[in-house]
Amino acid sequence: MADVLPGERRQLAPPIVETGALGWMRKNLFSSWGNGITTIVLIVAVAWILSNFLHWAVFTAVFDAKSGAECRGHGACWALIREKYRYIFFGSFPYEQHWRPLFAVIAMLAMLILSSDRRMWNKRLIAIWAIGSFITFLLMFGQINISISLILFVALAAGGLGMILRGSIAPPAELNGWRALAAIGAVGLVLRIVGVLPAWSLAIAPFSYVETGLWGGIPVTIILATYGLLFAFPFGILLALGRRSNLPLIKGLCVGFIELIRGVPLISLLIMASVMLPLFLPSGMNIDKFLRAQVAVILFAGAYIAEIIRGGLQSLPKGQFEAADAMGLNYVQKTTLIILPQALRVVIPPLINTFIGFFKDTSLVLIIGIFDFLNTANQALVDPNWAGFPGEVYLFAAFVYFCFCYSMSRYSKYLEIELNKGTRR
Amino acid sequence: MAVESLGSSTTKAKVAPWNDPVIRGWVFQIVVVGLVGLLAWFLVSNTLENLQRQKIASGFSYLHREAGFEIGDTMIAYSPASTYARAIFVGMLNTLKVAVIGICLSTILGTLVGVGRLSPNWLLAKICECFVEMFRNVPLLLWLFLIYKLISEAFPGPRQAINVLSSLYLSNRGLYAPVPLADPAYAWMGLAFLVGIVATMFVKRWAKKRQDATGQPFPTIKVGAGLIVGLPLVVWLLGGAPHQMSWPHLKGFNFEGGIVIQPEFTALLVGLVLYTSAFVAEIVRSGILALHKGQSEAASALGLSRGQVMRLVLLPQAMRLIIPPMTSQYLNITKNSSLAIAIGYPDLVAAVNVTINQTGQAIENILIIMAAYLSVSLSISAFMNWYNKRIALRER
Repeated sequence: MADVLPGERRQLAPPIVETGALGWMRKNLFSSWGNGITTIVLIVAVAWILSNFLHWAVFTAVFDAKSGAECRGHGACWALIREKYRYIFFGSFPYEQHWRPLFAVIAMLAMLILSSDRRMWNKRLIAIWAIGSFITFLLMFGQINISISLILFVALAAGGLGMILRGSIAPPAELNGWRALAAIGAVGLVLRIVGVLPAWSLAIAPFSYVETGLWGGIPVTIILATYGLLFAFPFGILLALGRRSNLPLIKGLCVGFIELIRGVPLISLLIMASVMLPLFLPSGMNIDKFLRAQVAVILFAGAYIAEIIRGGLQSLPKGQFEAADAMGLNYVQKTTLIILPQALRVVIPPLINTFIGFFKDTSLVLIIGIFDFLNTANQALVDPNWAGFPGEVYLFAAFVYFCFCYSMSRYSKYLEIELNKGTRR
Repeated sequence: MAVESLGSSTTKAKVAPWNDPVIRGWVFQIVVVGLVGLLAWFLVSNTLENLQRQKIASGFSYLHREAGFEIGDTMIAYSPASTYARAIFVGMLNTLKVAVIGICLSTILGTLVGVGRLSPNWLLAKICECFVEMFRNVPLLLWLFLIYKLISEAFPGPRQAINVLSSLYLSNRGLYAPVPLADPAYAWMGLAFLVGIVATMFVKRWAKKRQDATGQPFPTIKVGAGLIVGLPLVVWLLGGAPHQMSWPHLKGFNFEGGIVIQPEFTALLVGLVLYTSAFVAEIVRSGILALHKGQSEAASALGLSRGQVMRLVLLPQAMRLIIPPMTSQYLNITKNSSLAIAIGYPDLVAAVNVTINQTGQAIENILIIMAAYLSVSLSISAFMNWYNKRIALRER
């Protein structure tokens, strides 16, 4: 009674139909007659589909069976997945060694997840990828021969690149480091070619050797997509820079390559890699089928990445280029210090979308007989003991693909918002 | 003055040739082109040597030889006795058929889903979102396999075919439907159909002129539909109303007569349309969302209905944002139709792949694939660029 002072209005609670669940339903489901009818029709349809699906997938499903015959007459035969999941995930990799691809997948996922953290975007990432890739391929192959000339060559290339990229702007200590690396590489390489250094190669062989023909399942899909994009990325940057260059011959080469690759389907490139590449190489030289598919994916991805990066380059205001010129920076310095850091930041979200696309598109390698995840799922259907349950296997494979792609697309969305914080008001 | 003297001094200044950007540019280009040329020469010489060693013939003369393989779905007359060239052409037509129908259907479905995601009805919006996420995040090839296997396993054989409406037969060999027997009246009906379309275009132009002048709207859609449907109907009646049909009937292990839509074609088309329409829906949605909110509010304030707001105000503006990404989706659907090879639909790549296996002439055949896809891709881009220019905002 006395809770309202004279002259003050009583705060009325909002009507019950405007708040809470009821209000929400009125606003979002039954705002008008047409809307209400749509809602009811949709509820009936969804309920019908869901009940049928659940009836098949859960209530009458068989989770435990010795063979497909026991599943007949029942709902979904998930026992098939239970029986075949090892094959679907790891293909024909020796059965008792399945822990190796498992840990390789974990290593690759760990690298991908670490790379998705913005705080890790610095030089540490290069080290993580170098070590992680080494572990991955050691696990997959079992044995890796590292030749001394390769190490020297890498040292030479790294030193040379460091000198070119950092040029005159790096502190002298850092520059001397690059120079030393390049010198070691060059001297060592000369000694190796002359024959002073022995031809020994460092054999790291903790496990039994497994050739790429036996690889299969999820590691193949992840390797093809990840390393395809990893190698295509610098290639794409070069193509994009070439396309924007004002040197007519370079520009022509890059435009021709990009448009040619983007105009044809990936399948034609894969068929080309599987039947034409052996013709291109000198007789006796034979490239592994897996590597051939990987090369096709890299070439293909390079053209698409180039177009995305070109978008980023075009989004930069002209003043950035002119200011860099005015500072007296040369082309390499201008590009690596001013242009690319800004352009690449813009294109990270679309690049992740490209990665999702390639993660899905690697499934096409089954056409040329490589056992990626989709192909091993396909092969699991061939077993006569378990014939006749394609829906279960494909739904399972679809679920796995969905988990990967959906989480990446959410990450890309999050990153887009995160990276645009600075430009948004 | 100062500027002039500066300009003249830079042109006159002697620069060492290795510091002259023009010379450096040319040297760099020559080196790169030389390296690429060297690589090309390496590959070509290897290829020639390999071809000679493996005694593989070269040249396109094989195109005139007898192909000797069956093609399941042909739009033009074809038999195993036909030439390779004709087989590849049949495959090309199949690719185009799938691409054209796929582009039309996925545009319609994608637009509906994209608009549906923006619906005020929460349930409809969520269902459309689920549709998009479900189809976008799983490889197309997996959808194709799933749909194809479901069709071929879920439907019975021809002898137990499901009979729909007493004239359609659904079986794992496809959908058999009756088809009218050839009659000269049909050619005239086709002509009447085209006349109807042209007449509708004129009516539309006249109606727009009248509305601009007097403000009176004209029911263009109803009249146009009447013209396009009515004219062929009149011609059909004048032509004596031919109604002889070829009915599908069971003969041996399969049907005869009628027209058949094969399960491979259905699976390919359904898979392509569902997958692509998920992407189209996202393009349409983001195109509409990019418009200023005032546009839809102003249109509603003018008293337009929700449908009119969408059709007359939002979509025409969103079109400008939608067309460029849509072009790349159309190109994708054309290129993705090459996945037909995985489920056994005889498209261009499948036909050429058989040709490669039979003749061993990989290089020529791959060149044919690339040339075919490149010409289709370039013509789609050219058409879409033309359309984009036509609807682009006329800026001062």
